[in-house]
Amino acid sequence: MSNSVGVKKDRAAKMMTSMQSSSLSILRIIREQHIWVFLFICMLVFSLASPYFFTLNNIGNVLTQGSFIGLLAVGMTLVMLNGEIDLSVGATLALSSALAIGLQDSIGIWPAILVALLSGALFGFINGALVALSGIHSFIVTLGSLMGIRGIVFIFTGEEALMTSDYSYTEYPEIYLGPVSLTAMIFFGLALFFQWILSKTKHGLETYAVGDNEKSAHEAGIRVRRHKVINFTLCGLLAGVAGVLLSMRLGTAEPNAARIWELWTIIAVVLGGTRLTGGYGSMWKTVGGVITLAALLNGLRLLNTPNYIELIVMGTVLVLALILDKTLTSSQSR
Amino acid sequence: MNDIILTADSILKKFPGVIALNRVSFDIRAGEVHALMGENGAGKSTLMKVLSGIYNPDEGAIHHRGKKVIIKTPKEARELGILLVHQELSLSPELSAAENIYLGDWPTNRFGIVNKRKMNAAAKIALDELGCNFGPEVLVRNLSIAKQQMVEIARTLVFNANVVIFDEPTGTLTTTEKDQLFEVVRSLRKKGVAIVYISHKMDEIFEIADRITVLRDGEVQCTVNTSESTIGEITNRMIGRDLDQYFHRAKAEFGAELLSVNQLTIRGLFKDVSFSVRAGEVVGLYGLIGAGRSEVAETLFGVRQKDSGEIIFDQQKVSFSSPKQAIEKGLALVPEDRKSQGLILGMGGRHNMTLPHLSLYSNVGVPRVDKELQVFEDYKTKLEIKTTGPEQLLSDLSGGNQQKLVLAKWLCAHPKLIILDEPTRGVDVGSKSAIHQYIATLAEQGLAVIVISSEMPEVIGVSHRILTMAEGRLVGEYTGKEMTEENLIAAVSGLTAA
Repeated sequence: MSNSVGVKKDRAAKMMTSMQSSSLSILRIIREQHIWVFLFICMLVFSLASPYFFTLNNIGNVLTQGSFIGLLAVGMTLVMLNGEIDLSVGATLALSSALAIGLQDSIGIWPAILVALLSGALFGFINGALVALSGIHSFIVTLGSLMGIRGIVFIFTGEEALMTSDYSYTEYPEIYLGPVSLTAMIFFGLALFFQWILSKTKHGLETYAVGDNEKSAHEAGIRVRRHKVINFTLCGLLAGVAGVLLSMRLGTAEPNAARIWELWTIIAVVLGGTRLTGGYGSMWKTVGGVITLAALLNGLRLLNTPNYIELIVMGTVLVLALILDKTLTSSQSR
Repeated sequence: MNDIILTADSILKKFPGVIALNRVSFDIRAGEVHALMGENGAGKSTLMKVLSGIYNPDEGAIHHRGKKVIIKTPKEARELGILLVHQELSLSPELSAAENIYLGDWPTNRFGIVNKRKMNAAAKIALDELGCNFGPEVLVRNLSIAKQQMVEIARTLVFNANVVIFDEPTGTLTTTEKDQLFEVVRSLRKKGVAIVYISHKMDEIFEIADRITVLRDGEVQCTVNTSESTIGEITNRMIGRDLDQYFHRAKAEFGAELLSVNQLTIRGLFKDVSFSVRAGEVVGLYGLIGAGRSEVAETLFGVRQKDSGEIIFDQQKVSFSSPKQAIEKGLALVPEDRKSQGLILGMGGRHNMTLPHLSLYSNVGVPRVDKELQVFEDYKTKLEIKTTGPEQLLSDLSGGNQQKLVLAKWLCAHPKLIILDEPTRGVDVGSKSAIHQYIATLAEQGLAVIVISSEMPEVIGVSHRILTMAEGRLVGEYTGKEMTEENLIAAVSGLTAA
């Protein structure tokens, strides 16, 4: 009995090695980038279920809708590769969006946008500095700033939605390349840029080294704390970018904007395959996770799924994707 | 060839409660392998961490090539040419071999863009020099431990190290891998690199080292030329302590065979382990860390699943798939690391004791507080646990009292066989003695006891019989007068007993 199991295991091990030896094997790529397979299946299912899903127009919509979470997710990926987390991105987005609209009457549109972006970077910097200097886990630190920043948003907006008085403001992002909006282009451009940073620059390699093994990174002479502050600042800045773009798209800034978006962002990043524990992941994975999430939401809405069913489906998908990730990685490490 | 490269001059390093290094002086010459020996906790790793900038000494000086230097960080050590090859590998598995070799010092242009071509080319030269059959771009997580170690050694080549410190490099290597490593060490020596080699393994030391320094309790015992020394001398220097600690051994009255293990194997961890334990007997299991002792215990207890072999417990062939089943049959395992495996520090003593076997102290699923309190008071007296009461949080208790509580926790399930993994690690002398005494009492009550320990006096003092393990195999069995430190050291360091 135990003997035959042993033989099977051996056979499985041999198969595994032969699979791994052909380095260009599609299986391996699928294993590492399984989110794209997942996305493909989702697209297929929705295309069959709804005639409106796989149209140029709708795909463009999916991309634009996904871009806001996407921008947050790019920053979140940097922070999560470091083994940290930033729960304050939703609140930071709301603050930037409120500042961009609320200040434009007094200081002009472009200065307002600049202030909005800087506020994002500033709060990211504060998060990073607190994490690096206090040694408190970023989950706690950014949970605090999530509440604090949201409070500032309520004070600034006076608990009411702010509206732009200049309607040309909402037309800024109305630039399209085929079905792809400017917002989506900015998201893809930044994702690409940060993927380049991750794979080609010193900062990028540091990001992996720190998230993987903070102690050995420190011993190798990497300035771990400074490094983390940079990534938190980038994460805040990207939330600022998302906030400005959202305010342009809506023309308004609500104090409650982007509530629980930090959770959707984390879901998108994790769905893509980047690990919460740090050191493993990429922007490609995150882009895949973001689009999958957006496609799922869009598809379910096209099918007129009730809101609560939508949540159940999303939750199930997330857990399924993670089980898949776990199975694939454990079969790989054997 | 005899130029001294690095000198440590009366280094003092204190940690809370202990003096890890007590005015240690030590030097390393170019082109020599200088072995550093000593038991666990003798201060070897601390000394190396001081030399490589991970710890800063409290007092004392370090001279590098005749110049006094202050090494504050590993990076400064690296810039001087001092590199440490870690005991636990410290690579980033998701980065490539080349990226790990250059960890923290990647060749970049002024915009911070890493020049991968240059980096890979240089890394490849180093890897080739070490005879590695993998390229610089392979991800470290896909490499075996031995190959990961080669990546660490390649670091020493690209940074042009003049002092390389190996911290127990062969702990997890196979014999062939060890031979390859020694080839590399010899070629480094030939190039004039000064090598510090830390190991427990006597045969390895005598194979590779030119000089040996023995540390004990944070002090240098001697520095000798290998050719002028013997294994016996080094062993004596390493032990050298007074054996006046009093141990309690249970009366040798054994009952029926309770546990019998035949050819137990888990591939990669241990192989063909066979032994038996009788009721009322204390069997010691001695070996170096990584020899497979704890893994055997965990397999008996159902934490790990065996690949082959059989376990007969209480006349029944058993195969536990979880610790719960093992507990139900009457086994108990008191784990090595009590904080992470044995206790819930945020709870009081009463809950900790009865938690794994609440059903014994419950009526229809509801815990009977009176019964719990009774058993708590019972063991508190028996084991002399110093606590203010059943609800005092364990985090407020001393290590010794925590350890007694772990013991009590397993005893109140009334096991037939209890396995104690390092029962007195990090425990003060008084508690140690109480625990030893209680082990004897248990055996006299008819329990079978297996004691796993790295402390030789302890394992000799409490056991009726000692099994030695090395590299995943049982390598010896000693009873009565044969249970000596010399025999045990010889057995686990791969030598046959004299």
